[in-house]
Amino acid sequence: MVRKEILICSGTGCLSAGSEEIEERLMDELWKHELEDKYPLTRAIKRTGCMGPCNLGPMIIIRPEDTFYGNLKPADVERIVEEHLLKGRVVYDLLIEDIDGRRVEEFEKLDFIRGQKKVVMRDSGDIDPSSLEDYLKVDGYMAARKAIMDMERNEIVKEIKDSGLRGRGGAGFPTGLKWELAAKEISDQKYIVCNGDEGDPGAFMDRSVLEGDPHSIIEGMMIAGYAVGADQGYIYVRAEYPLAIRNLQKAIRDAESEGYLGENLFNQGFDFNVELRVGAGAFVCGEETALLSSIEGKQGRPKYRPPYPVQSGLWGKPTVINNVETFGNIAMIIKYGSEWFRDIGTEGSPGTKVFAVAGDVENTGLIEVAMGTTIREMINIAGGVADGKRFKAVQIGGPAGGVIPEQYLDTPIDYDSLKEAGTIMGSGGFIVLDEDTCMVDVAKFFLDFTQDESCGKCPPCRLGTKRMLDILDKITKGNGEAKDLDKLQDLAETIQATSFCGLGQASPNPVLSTLKFFRDEYETHVHDKKCPTGTCKALVEAYTINEETCVTCGRCIEVCPVDAISSGENTYVIDPEKCISCSECAKICPVDAISEGDEK
Amino acid sequence: MEKYHLRDILPIIGEYEKGAGNLIPLLHEVQKKIGYLPKEVQEFIAEELSVPYSQVHSVVTFYSFFTMEPRGEHTISVCTGTACHVKGAEGLTKKLKDMLDVEEGGTSDDRKFTFNTKRCVGACSKAPIIMIDDDVYGKVQPEDLEDILDRY
Repeated sequence: MVRKEILICSGTGCLSAGSEEIEERLMDELWKHELEDKYPLTRAIKRTGCMGPCNLGPMIIIRPEDTFYGNLKPADVERIVEEHLLKGRVVYDLLIEDIDGRRVEEFEKLDFIRGQKKVVMRDSGDIDPSSLEDYLKVDGYMAARKAIMDMERNEIVKEIKDSGLRGRGGAGFPTGLKWELAAKEISDQKYIVCNGDEGDPGAFMDRSVLEGDPHSIIEGMMIAGYAVGADQGYIYVRAEYPLAIRNLQKAIRDAESEGYLGENLFNQGFDFNVELRVGAGAFVCGEETALLSSIEGKQGRPKYRPPYPVQSGLWGKPTVINNVETFGNIAMIIKYGSEWFRDIGTEGSPGTKVFAVAGDVENTGLIEVAMGTTIREMINIAGGVADGKRFKAVQIGGPAGGVIPEQYLDTPIDYDSLKEAGTIMGSGGFIVLDEDTCMVDVAKFFLDFTQDESCGKCPPCRLGTKRMLDILDKITKGNGEAKDLDKLQDLAETIQATSFCGLGQASPNPVLSTLKFFRDEYETHVHDKKCPTGTCKALVEAYTINEETCVTCGRCIEVCPVDAISSGENTYVIDPEKCISCSECAKICPVDAISEGDEK
Repeated sequence: MEKYHLRDILPIIGEYEKGAGNLIPLLHEVQKKIGYLPKEVQEFIAEELSVPYSQVHSVVTFYSFFTMEPRGEHTISVCTGTACHVKGAEGLTKKLKDMLDVEEGGTSDDRKFTFNTKRCVGACSKAPIIMIDDDVYGKVQPEDLEDILDRY
């Protein structure tokens, strides 16, 4: 009999949905049915990194048949063990219903998975990230072996250059060119730095790769180190990602003890070590020069470029700094060659891009697609807009990016097309917004973020974003004036032109793009003092309960998220101070006694 | 307030070489151990690492993870990322403030919980998110909070 294996997704998303409880129940059930001979407990259940379709968590895959069960509840586990494992029968009603309502057995056949092209996410969700053995089984460190044993340093640089790989951190600088510049520098010490300071709200690609396949990043860095002549690497990870930190620490320790990091690697006289650096909660550290200052033990403030880090980076030494996802591509390019890589994606942007899809779509999670895939196709992979609502826009590129409205849905995803459409590739945040989203609120949300995270070094960013936020605040509170929109535009353009670093220069983008595509919404806020979606609370009146109609059933009290409703004498009362006008109470009221504004 | 002794920190410092390059990892470790980084501790670390006190202080005040105020036994954070914002993180913030009777950054009177907000933790599919220490809770509704807090 073929030994079965149960993969359980243990990424941060699934952990937050209770995957640990599912795992415990699985163990209990295997014990209960004395299956420990057939399924040795330590080996039958494998914790993997992110499988991708995060909103279906907790989820498991049973191998070898590849059966996928998602949205699991602890009570489902008993049936899966008794039916599937003992009797070999798929538990039909626990299978996931796909977009067309069909129940899908195999993981690979989910619509969500079929539309993807996995290069960087190749092993995540498949291997146990805490096991070096597992990584070696999927040809781990074979690309590094090939590079270090069989290739000349300049051959490696050439291969990466030929592949056309561009930096996945957002700006899209050619990786091979960066390596070539660093390789040419003459210095007694060079460094490789991996930028894992994924600070954009709504982006979690790098987190998932670091959690799910940490060795692949170490391998990419090692190949870079060999190619440019660096023997020390640093991985900088946000403190908000404790699981990624744990898995990386383990990966570094294991690689060291098994001789994949340290001295004389593959007996070729090449030394390479990696140290982990944990951030301390400063968004600006995602900017490369600020990140390097942070590793040096200083405040993370950007420095003037040139000199670029490849000339004078960490402690003044030549430094290659690449994003997590960029390093995630390296082993594959070395293994299969630059031509293979160029066959994926588009002429100007070869390869794939991982997006963290969130917001108002049916299936949220990680989607890796070939470059050139259109935004519409991406949304279709994610199952379309949730709850049958109308699509309004998609926000790409986080606080430095912009929104793309319906008329641009057929824009292909590559560095240049997105730039033309008024946003940036960014690191890969992809947030779908439906008709209920207020675009002024979205712009304000991002600006609130950037102004709070401004490091304060240059006045345009420090003061300008604050002034812009003041104006937006005024508009959302119903005090907007006609001239405010022009002022916003003017400030935004000044900040773009005069800020010191990329963060400041990009900070007005969310405002500029919403102003460009949704100016009418701003105007409704300013002139009519109304928020069409009811999001801006000051422009929406608190809800009230009609005393005569109310049957005091109490349902509104249960659904109120802020406990604004209390019982009066013959009716319930909503505290207007507490009410956030979310409308939940009005929706659930069986007698329609609740409405916005004063009692009628 | 929980007491700390400088000698508790010595073994941690002993693990790091002198110089500023190790300052941030060391500050993380020390804060994990005693919960916060008061002035006296910063001065001590500056001396032991041979780094100017001004640099230690500038780093502690620059990064939002470091705090000069003692924290409670557990730290509760509400994620303020885009997805959580859209899915109603504000309701959670409001309820937690009421339950613990604190403002953002404050610590409950029994010193059990410190409450703050946090940048995106990247579990956007399960928004809204709260974190208690390193534990992540997804799709949290205000009415779930009491149950969750009871576990600590």
